Amino acid sequence: MSDHLDTPADTAPEPSRTPVALPDAASWTDPHLQPAAKHPEFVERLIALTFVTGFLSFCAFGAAYWQDWAPWSLGLSLGAGMLLVGTGITAWGKYLMPRGPFVEERHVLQSDKQDLDAFTNALVERGATPVKRRKVLGGLLGAGMGVFGIVAAFPFIRSLGPLPKNSLATTDWKPGTYLVDQSGNRISQYAIAIGSYVTVFPEGWQDQDRGQAVDQTILIHEESSVFKNMTSIPDGFVAYSKLCTHAGCPVGLFERQLKLLICPCHQSMFDITNSCIPIFGPAPRPLPQLPLAVDADGYLYAAAGFNQPVGPGYWERS
Amino acid sequence: MTARLGLRLPRRSKKEREPLGPYGRVGKAVEELDERLGIAKGGKTFLDKIFPDHWSFMLGEIALYSFVVVLATGVFLTLYYIPSSALTIYNGPYKPLDGQLVSEAFGSTVNLSFSVRGGLLMRQMHHWSCDIFVGAIVLHMARVFFTGAFRKPRELNWTIGLTMLILAILNGFLGYSLPDDLISGTGIRIAYSILLSIPFVGSYLAFFLFGGNFPGTSIIPRFYVLHVLILPALLVGLLGAHLFLLVRQKHTQFPGPGKTERNVVGSPMYPVFMAKTTGFLFMISGAIALLSAFFQINPIWQFGQYRASLIPYAVQPDWYMGWLDGALRIMPSWEFVAWGHTIPFEVFLPAIVFPGIIFNVCYAWPAIERRYTKDNLMHNLLDRPRDRPKRTAAGAAMLGLLGVLFIASATDVLANFFKISLNEVLVAMRVLTVTVPIIAYFVTYRICKELQAAPGAGKRKVVNVVRMTEEGEYIAIPVAPPDELADHELDAKPVPEFIEEDVPAGASAAVAPARGGPGNVGTSSVRTVPR
Repeated sequence: MSDHLDTPADTAPEPSRTPVALPDAASWTDPHLQPAAKHPEFVERLIALTFVTGFLSFCAFGAAYWQDWAPWSLGLSLGAGMLLVGTGITAWGKYLMPRGPFVEERHVLQSDKQDLDAFTNALVERGATPVKRRKVLGGLLGAGMGVFGIVAAFPFIRSLGPLPKNSLATTDWKPGTYLVDQSGNRISQYAIAIGSYVTVFPEGWQDQDRGQAVDQTILIHEESSVFKNMTSIPDGFVAYSKLCTHAGCPVGLFERQLKLLICPCHQSMFDITNSCIPIFGPAPRPLPQLPLAVDADGYLYAAAGFNQPVGPGYWERS
Repeated sequence: MTARLGLRLPRRSKKEREPLGPYGRVGKAVEELDERLGIAKGGKTFLDKIFPDHWSFMLGEIALYSFVVVLATGVFLTLYYIPSSALTIYNGPYKPLDGQLVSEAFGSTVNLSFSVRGGLLMRQMHHWSCDIFVGAIVLHMARVFFTGAFRKPRELNWTIGLTMLILAILNGFLGYSLPDDLISGTGIRIAYSILLSIPFVGSYLAFFLFGGNFPGTSIIPRFYVLHVLILPALLVGLLGAHLFLLVRQKHTQFPGPGKTERNVVGSPMYPVFMAKTTGFLFMISGAIALLSAFFQINPIWQFGQYRASLIPYAVQPDWYMGWLDGALRIMPSWEFVAWGHTIPFEVFLPAIVFPGIIFNVCYAWPAIERRYTKDNLMHNLLDRPRDRPKRTAAGAAMLGLLGVLFIASATDVLANFFKISLNEVLVAMRVLTVTVPIIAYFVTYRICKELQAAPGAGKRKVVNVVRMTEEGEYIAIPVAPPDELADHELDAKPVPEFIEEDVPAGASAAVAPARGGPGNVGTSSVRTVPR
């Protein structure tokens, strides 16, 4: 049995592993140019096998595409084919190509002193006479280019969008605006049970691409007794801006038992019974409250607009 | 043909043709090209370029080839994707959405997934390969960092690589925003708020980028042109510069026998490396295809069309944005309000200032290290991480910080999964964000020092054969490994004194260039063989 353990020195002498430079003329007897595999013929057969199976896999991909089979069969045949062919090519390079190791000398990156001097001289001195002495020309060119830069920046920056002005501070809620749901139906105080909530918009602005981003408001119905020192909450109806004051996500989770509004993005929590002050998380300010009133038919409308900008903070917000 | 035109070329028999020379047709073609372009000299140098054989050099290749897959699949997607937020009614094979009002962007993405043959596979491959691309860049960068490959003369390539990472992250964000689904739309909303948070110019930046107040209708076409034209062009250009510098400056290598600062040891470009790397390109693409065939990613039809007033549970970005989302989540609510102005530090600090600091530290690292070590020498041999404990510890601290923030982007999921309160998770994450980098620094530093001090640690263990003699005595015979198995690259160079002043006395054995022989019994593993 395992004789080589008795005499480790008996194993076949290994060819030199000292790196050599690549020969200019290849000689097929050079030990460094021999394949790395001990049994190249065996490896060759294995590689041939990967190529054949890869070829069959690609055929399967063609069939899958032609017959419109399930997407996974496309991915399986394509992926398996590429993996097999890739393994074969890699093995070819690793086991059947010159084993080396080879060595390459680095060239010195730095130029020699003479070239460096010549280059620096050309750069500095050649320009000295015609450029340095024409300072006025240089200044004028600089001014011209500066103006060009500023003028050219206009179409690329200024034309991109309108100025913000006060549009971040305004919504479409006006005194007397009726609350409507996403379909545009007015909200009756009899339709919302205690403990439930609905996302509402100012009437006429419920469309997806018009008012939903800034006007979205969450209407909650609770017992009047739970609210602390709050006004404009007829019959326990309270409305808050649905835009989180942190990063502007819709504050879409209502935890009924704790009476909290929770933002699913960064988990700020707002106490709906106490003017929606943030009690947890990164939100800095309460959700602005929309003062409500009820008309003679029981429909809810805004007694006034929001008294402050909704959503996240920005420089111009006072 | 020629006869019809009235021309007649003199017919030459095969024998009359010029002899081709010893290299046949290829030789002739090379000669023709060389007469015109002078390719032979440079071409030989190129074919002879030596690539080191160490596995860690493959990480950059993974990044390169997953980028190739990103580009190829991305071109396919552009043929079917419609970059428009105009509304349309979806009519297609996905029944839950049938008849619903969706944007062209969302509708066309669902269409190319379900109605275009191979479309779903291509879309999944695009997304998976992008995630792998960014991941491979990060691993490649960690390899370059921990082995000191960024040192002189390669600082510029470090800068280019880091810029590519930032562009890749940005382009990934733009890309997964394009389908206009509920999760990515929420991400865009957060990005808008982040822009708004910048003092003085925030609202102007946001209005100019989005063409007005959020969401508007410009954002999808603008993101599209950035995603498919401008950022890819920058990435490809920088990639060219990255590879050019690599060829110009040649590879670094780990120390070992025959390896010096003045040479490179490994496999030549042609044919060995070319074969291996081509095979690797196929293997990467194949792996991505298999991943895409069996693991669903970003099923936008389940999230639905983006509506500004709707939001799903567990809003998480792609993995490479996770650390920013985590930073946003754990930041205390420190809004600054005074003199009629607001600075939302709770957004501005974690989303603008913090990544700015992180990336600038990365950009400045080669300069920081050079200033600290006063080491202005050329370095072509790599460091072993343990031999530069402070750098290794700093890198571990950085990875620890980013890792904790990444986990912090899942506070809600963690609280749900472990059934603990969200408050506790958040507080824990805040504490960990501060403590983990510090602990990681000192633990890593200590480990590096211990490894330095332990002679032979990390070397391939010597095999001992234990057998019983005729007299019944057990003896252990160390068997020397064949020379080719020796991990020469693990032998670190002696540490220059100006870098680590306090190398412990015992470390000299570990850092000496000599390799431990079979007598290294202290770390041997024992194998018994019956007689």
